[in-house]
Amino acid sequence: MRIVGKISLTVLMGIIALLMLFPILFTVSNSFMSEGEIAYNYQLIGKMIDVEAGGADGFINVKLIPDWLSFKQYSEVLIQTPVFLHKYWNSIFIVVPIIAGQVLVASLAAYAFAKLRFKGRDGLFLIYIMTMLMPFQVTLVPNYIIVEKLGLMNTSSALILPGIFSAFGVFMLRQFMFHIPSSYIEAAKIDGAGHFRIFYSIIVPLIGPGIAALVVLLFVDNWNMVEQPLIFLQDTFKQPLSLYLSRINEGARGVAFAASALYMAPMVLLYLYAESYFVEGIQLSGIKG
Amino acid sequence: MATRIWKKGVKVIRRDSAIALLFLAPSLVGFALFYFIPFVMGFFYSLQDNVVDGSFVGVDNYKELLESSSFRKAINNTLLFTGVSVPLIIALSLLLALILNQKIFFRKGLQTAFVMPLVVPIASIVMIWQILFDWNGTLNKWLQDMSIDRIDWMKSDWSMGVLIFVYVWKNIGYNIILFLAGLQSIPSDYYETADIEGAGRFPKLLHITMVYLTPTTFFVTLMSILNSFKVFRETYLIAGDYPYDRIYMLQHYMNNMFMSLDIQKLTAAATLMVAGILLLVSAMLYVERRFRQFID
Repeated sequence: MRIVGKISLTVLMGIIALLMLFPILFTVSNSFMSEGEIAYNYQLIGKMIDVEAGGADGFINVKLIPDWLSFKQYSEVLIQTPVFLHKYWNSIFIVVPIIAGQVLVASLAAYAFAKLRFKGRDGLFLIYIMTMLMPFQVTLVPNYIIVEKLGLMNTSSALILPGIFSAFGVFMLRQFMFHIPSSYIEAAKIDGAGHFRIFYSIIVPLIGPGIAALVVLLFVDNWNMVEQPLIFLQDTFKQPLSLYLSRINEGARGVAFAASALYMAPMVLLYLYAESYFVEGIQLSGIKG
Repeated sequence: MATRIWKKGVKVIRRDSAIALLFLAPSLVGFALFYFIPFVMGFFYSLQDNVVDGSFVGVDNYKELLESSSFRKAINNTLLFTGVSVPLIIALSLLLALILNQKIFFRKGLQTAFVMPLVVPIASIVMIWQILFDWNGTLNKWLQDMSIDRIDWMKSDWSMGVLIFVYVWKNIGYNIILFLAGLQSIPSDYYETADIEGAGRFPKLLHITMVYLTPTTFFVTLMSILNSFKVFRETYLIAGDYPYDRIYMLQHYMNNMFMSLDIQKLTAAATLMVAGILLLVSAMLYVERRFRQFID
């Protein structure tokens, strides 16, 4: 490719990339604005009537760079209001058990689907995949009844347990296990190893990258959880950050940017750190087995 | 001889079955409880007139559902959204993937940037969309600078456009990753042979790249359609329970039926949605299989 074409394509793609990153950059830069500056810049959000009544006909004052660098938002969010950290903890306490549980449960099940022969295996697997494709609302009512019957309503278990058993991990780890040659397993069998021995001394070490990819994808997915807590966790005290943030945007706009930046930070950092696992996970769960 | 092999095979399967059950047990219990049983229950509710001790009413709930104007509105909006956003996101992600597959600078960094929105929680950037699309927002400011009347983005038919924009922004990275994997799996000697025969750039794109990328494209299309049914989170966070009519989607409808305890309509709608998704998936898989046979 000629160098001019190469440079101009790079520039074009660079501009698009900046547009993609804009919301993130904007959030981070605005998180260093003082509350006063935010109130001044964004006071016109959602004020339409004023214009029709002949009031102030202005625009939101979008600023990428704050006038003064201020850490006030962060100190407000992290130190002065305990609510935020409490919700942060709520989110972590929901996401971590889901990940740990699903990695354990799904890797066991994936081994059966990938490496053992049993009657009805493919049919059962098809049912697993099917549920994965459906939107959450499809099983809303029966789910609600089951959660109620188990006495889990308004507890974080109502989110954690369904999260652990979602079919996604089974599906993905099965894909990874297909790539392990069956001859490894045969060889271990000849040496007298049982299936559980094979599982933890051959399979688990070999699907390390698969587990890493699953952890990253589950983290992103569950950190973002909105629909489930909306239904099963109406007690605001126990709700995760995602719901809290959608309310803070209306009420406490002055600290919303810092709160948002802190909310997205673990995801962005995790992604930058483990990008290859993330990409590999999407590619492998994207190519049908 | 044949029966002996067969018997041995049965034995192996039986022994494996017992062990498989052990491995599967934890997953099966939870999966049945939280996914499969609700699924079946939902279907039965849709045929009854009451969840508690209901009697069988056949397709009455479905009839009522199909006559409901808000359901029709939700269906229309969902189909419109899918019909516009899916072709758009596929065209754009394919284009970006094709460029990223060229020898340009900073490929790795650019790819990282395109995929980034996928990991950013929607709730953390709601403010940005508000600032952009508000009546007094940035977009309207630009419009006025160009002497065009302001648009009430969130409370007009434009809200659909806003939602499509957010959907594409968020999900394009996923498709780019899949397309890039597809592009990189095309053997380079195909292109070398074409070069020797003096094929131009465009014929190569059309006859090699597009043909061998077709299975990937099928899959990306399927995933994009399924993901487009799941835009509730975005709409809910940006526009709340009852957004402007244009972006009132099937998921909104189902959520609101739940809130108003209209279980019959909800389960009937859910069953229809499942049927629709299954039909779509099998149709896509069927066409894909035909295509593979055609290529071989």
